[in-house]
Amino acid sequence: MNIVVAIDDARHDAHPHAAEAGPAPKRIVVAYGFWIFLLSDIVMFATLFATYAVLVRSTAGGPTGAQLFNQGTVAIETACLLASSYTCGLMALAIGSRRSAGTYFGALITFALGAAFLALELREFANMIAIGATPQRSAFLSAFFALVGCHGLHVGAGLIWLVVMMAQVAAKGFAATVERRLLCFSLFWHALDIIWVGLFTVVYLMGVSP
Amino acid sequence: MTHAPYDRAPGDTSPSGRPQEAETYPLLVYTTGLFLALLLTATSFWVANTSLLWPPGVPLGLAVLAIAQMGVHLVFFLHITTGADNTNNVLALAFGVLIVALVIAGSVWIMDNLNANMVMPMNELMNLHMQH
Repeated sequence: MNIVVAIDDARHDAHPHAAEAGPAPKRIVVAYGFWIFLLSDIVMFATLFATYAVLVRSTAGGPTGAQLFNQGTVAIETACLLASSYTCGLMALAIGSRRSAGTYFGALITFALGAAFLALELREFANMIAIGATPQRSAFLSAFFALVGCHGLHVGAGLIWLVVMMAQVAAKGFAATVERRLLCFSLFWHALDIIWVGLFTVVYLMGVSP
Repeated sequence: MTHAPYDRAPGDTSPSGRPQEAETYPLLVYTTGLFLALLLTATSFWVANTSLLWPPGVPLGLAVLAIAQMGVHLVFFLHITTGADNTNNVLALAFGVLIVALVIAGSVWIMDNLNANMVMPMNELMNLHMQH
């Protein structure tokens, strides 16, 4: 970060007004475009949330959320994802100051916590399917697996993306392209945590409260 | 007014083209966010499980806590601020929030009405059967 800032300062000594500054640097355009994508992704999740809210009582005589959900697991999952969001922030700081050891370490912890989250979620799904609470059982379970599964799929994609980014850092160092992709990755990872906040509140906490 | 030459990218800890200022201790920002988020999460789990609170108020309380935590994530992790260099990011976010609110509130509202109109009281159903 400091190096980039120093170069940028030298180039734009007389800060012109934003309207007269010409096209924004690619870093800002890329991150803004990715921000728009994330918001559209959140809109997609909103439709899944709406589906779930509409169908939550349609259990068709099958198990309800209060019978299926285990709050202990959810609390650990939440802690994992929150901590991985934090370590992802630390990784972004390490990237900013060009510390490769810090970057790899941050990525490793982020990956481990994300993988732990995913493993717990898959175990929960497996337990539910084992007792017959499959997506085919009721509209409530279809909506549940669609919503929570879609978030899990995003986390899985994020883990793959993180591995690919670390390979790029190893191969190309902190090139401008790699740095932009890493910025997009950390935006993606933080956005997933925001969706999880809505998810554990609506699905797990409101679902089990009397 | 201090204006940056360019807008700030979402996720950037400091405005581009300006050295880190005294207000930005990025590590402190992330750590503050972590602790606030932990506090709000713990409160959410407590609210959902306690019997001290008036039960019908619990879902509303949980919703408020969740929205507060989303705000904490946006400010401390994604660095969406009210600064002049952040206007574009905030406007995009506002549009996203509008669509999300329309989709969720609209769906729930319409489907609730539909459910209420579809449900036929049991005795009416019996009467229909008797007539045919």
